[in-house]
Amino acid sequence: MLTILYDGIAYGMLLFVLACGLSVTLGLMNFINLAHGAFAMAGGYCTVILVNRLGIPFALGLPIAFLFTALLGGFFERTLYVHVYSRSHLDQVLFTIGLVFMSVAAVDYTMGSSQQFVQIPEALQGQFEVAGIGMGKYRLLIIVICGLLTIALQLTLAKTRFGSRLRAAVDDQRVARGLGINVGAVFGITFAFGSGLAGLGGALGAEILGLDPTFPLKYMIYFLIVVTVGGTSSITGPFFASILLGIADVSGKYYVPKLGAFVIYAVMIVVLIWRPQGLFARGAAR
Amino acid sequence: MGAPGNKVALYLKRRARWSPLEIAFWVFAFATIWLFPGKYLILKDTAILALFALSLDLILGYAGIISLGQAAFFGLAGYFAGLVAKHGIITEPVIALVCAGLLAALLGFITSFLVLRGSDLTRLMVTLGVSLMLGELANRYSDITGGADGLQGVEIEPIFGRFRFDLFGHNGYVYCLIVLFVCFVIVRRIVYSPFGLSLRSIKGNTLRAAAIGVPVKWRLVSIYTVSAGVAGIAGALLTQTTAFCSLDVFSLERSADLLLVLIIGGTGYLYGGLIGAVIYKFLQDWIANLTPQYWQFWIGLVLVVIVLIGRERMSGWIGSVRALLARLTTRFFPRSLALRSASPEGH
Amino acid sequence: MPILQTIGLEKRFGGILAAQNVNLAVEPGARHALIGPNGAGKTTVINLLTGVLRPTSGRIELEGRDITGLLPHQRVRLGMARTFQINQLFLDLTPLESIGLVISERLSTGADWWRLVGSKSAVTDEIVEIVERFRLGDVMHERTAILPYGKQRLLEIALAFACRPRVLLLDEPAAGVPEAERHELLATIEALPKDVTVLLIEHDMDLVFSFAQRISVLVNGALFVDGAPDEVARDPRVKAVYLGEELDA
Repeated sequence: MLTILYDGIAYGMLLFVLACGLSVTLGLMNFINLAHGAFAMAGGYCTVILVNRLGIPFALGLPIAFLFTALLGGFFERTLYVHVYSRSHLDQVLFTIGLVFMSVAAVDYTMGSSQQFVQIPEALQGQFEVAGIGMGKYRLLIIVICGLLTIALQLTLAKTRFGSRLRAAVDDQRVARGLGINVGAVFGITFAFGSGLAGLGGALGAEILGLDPTFPLKYMIYFLIVVTVGGTSSITGPFFASILLGIADVSGKYYVPKLGAFVIYAVMIVVLIWRPQGLFARGAAR
Repeated sequence: MGAPGNKVALYLKRRARWSPLEIAFWVFAFATIWLFPGKYLILKDTAILALFALSLDLILGYAGIISLGQAAFFGLAGYFAGLVAKHGIITEPVIALVCAGLLAALLGFITSFLVLRGSDLTRLMVTLGVSLMLGELANRYSDITGGADGLQGVEIEPIFGRFRFDLFGHNGYVYCLIVLFVCFVIVRRIVYSPFGLSLRSIKGNTLRAAAIGVPVKWRLVSIYTVSAGVAGIAGALLTQTTAFCSLDVFSLERSADLLLVLIIGGTGYLYGGLIGAVIYKFLQDWIANLTPQYWQFWIGLVLVVIVLIGRERMSGWIGSVRALLARLTTRFFPRSLALRSASPEGH
Repeated sequence: MPILQTIGLEKRFGGILAAQNVNLAVEPGARHALIGPNGAGKTTVINLLTGVLRPTSGRIELEGRDITGLLPHQRVRLGMARTFQINQLFLDLTPLESIGLVISERLSTGADWWRLVGSKSAVTDEIVEIVERFRLGDVMHERTAILPYGKQRLLEIALAFACRPRVLLLDEPAAGVPEAERHELLATIEALPKDVTVLLIEHDMDLVFSFAQRISVLVNGALFVDGAPDEVARDPRVKAVYLGEELDA
């Protein structure tokens, strides 16, 4: 059972890294980006190409995936997304769903539709036995990396100038602009960074979540659940929501395998009935 | 007092009259039975899609509720219709159809309270979540539903004991078309009623609607329930005419395609779903012949392009086409009011 | 007995006390004005009265009946209607449809889904009456979005009036109305029936003093002065507030 807890936490932290970019985007620009999963997929495939085909070591493959996806995100933000910021939510949903469909088909065409496996180094295969709990080494890596990232994110938000600008802009865009904060630049950087994180998560997660062209469609709902349940006004909200959902999903799939993701959906709906703005949201829903 | 009041009453009632354009549309629709005898299957799919889109238009175009979850009602009714036929519980298709619609409406009623809470995103998530959940449930109970293989061994009895579902799809198509028309007439009546007017007021300005005494929540619950029922009828039609039902009725792709249909056709004037369905099916057929596997890419591109162009501009174009048609009709039928829109921008 | 009354009404937004211990009493048939400097909380009071906001504490009574827990549309049914400071209209409907909608809801036929709009003569007759009263006859078939501002403002009041309220709350009806269209607006307000109690929020002092029989002054969320117009006009504290002297330093 504790193994399940361990696996659930690893899964949850992975979900968090994948989803936090989406959360900030939504909270910052009130923009529903359903194509977020496509960036994760891009990171995953990037690492696959680098590690499997070009023989680059896994440890390098990860940061390169991050950079690649961050640049990709920044590029798309400046060229495409910027045209849709002021539109209604429905338009944003349609636009980003369109992007998802396009990316799924494009990846299918170029890389084929089969599952991809990243060759993880020997050192990360297998597990430790600690107090009777089977702790997968790879999952440990995930927990460590994601944990460090979370702390780094939280520190950035709380202690740096950029962080305070970001928080101000999330709080009230107009006032932030009035204070001279370049909200457009803040958003561009944040979007790129969030996409990069998604790419990193996709690369890290290929081993656990699987990687194929339908990744954005399969997992988009998970990211959205994290964001909806966790709220968009903090890092801690989505963090705890991810952990909660990770554990719920893993336990659900273990104890009642045929129901699969049913448990997550049910949890989400229950949470949303109870608190429509999410478990950790601050005040009025947008 | 009577005369000016009568004038106003006449003006209002005239707007609900069937315009010549509408009559022409339906005459042509029924004429397709004889005009395109080889194409019954695709025509039938179009009719079902049109009905499905109509259900979404009811809540999106008239009440302003964004939903990615109409598939839940579509799929629930679809499986119901399949199961009652397969196990001989209800053998008359029309009765099964009505029951399936009622079941879907019940689910709509139950979930409406979830949908009315929270923001757009919450609504999106809850509606999507419900339909995906149902999909998971259908997968879980695969001994009943057939799981990933779909519901097998469904046999549909002839309608009224007389009209068998034939291989060419003729009876199936006529069946779907008639059901579409009947549902359309009912929905049309609702839209032009005081209830429909109150819905438009809720969509236009919810705050003011409440401030003039409209019980907003109950109206939205009602229309959501009706919309669910209509979606359910569409789903049951699909099962009955194909004698098959599978898990993809609950998929995200189905709900997303539905949104696309409405965007193409325009919302808020009832014909958007119908016209959009025709164009969509046409597009699908055409693109599928060009590049069968990558249909999704082109659909995605269409979505992106449509949004970039801007729906207002598109409905502006649609509006000018309709205005042109309206001018032509008033030229030939001077005393009518041409195709009226619920919301003049047809958005 | 006052037709509308608040007892100890209070509204807190986090650390901010937007309304404190407001005891407002409006007599039946009154022409009562609520004035005060910007940010005094006048619109908050209206939002509390109509149910858009829930009070942190205190009670609201309409004709002796406690309505504190009722939803906005329920209060409308009991006879209280309001206008908004910034027009809240149905931009895609015509004035005819908007007014018809209000009447229809009031007559409890608003949920009828099987008959056409316009098929009840009780409704259409009354639409005509209200359209004439509010001088909207020439624009009644136009989309509200394209009406001139003055007409929109008249429609704003017409919608509230069509609720046939016992108590009508007008939130800055003259706000933003150009000089040329003011006269029509003011005349329409003056012509409101005597059995409708009117509570008016306004900044325009000419309108207030020509219209009101009783004035309440709200400052920093609290009722400050309450009395007949000439009393209020002469009160040195009111002058101090309006001329900008701080009361509590």
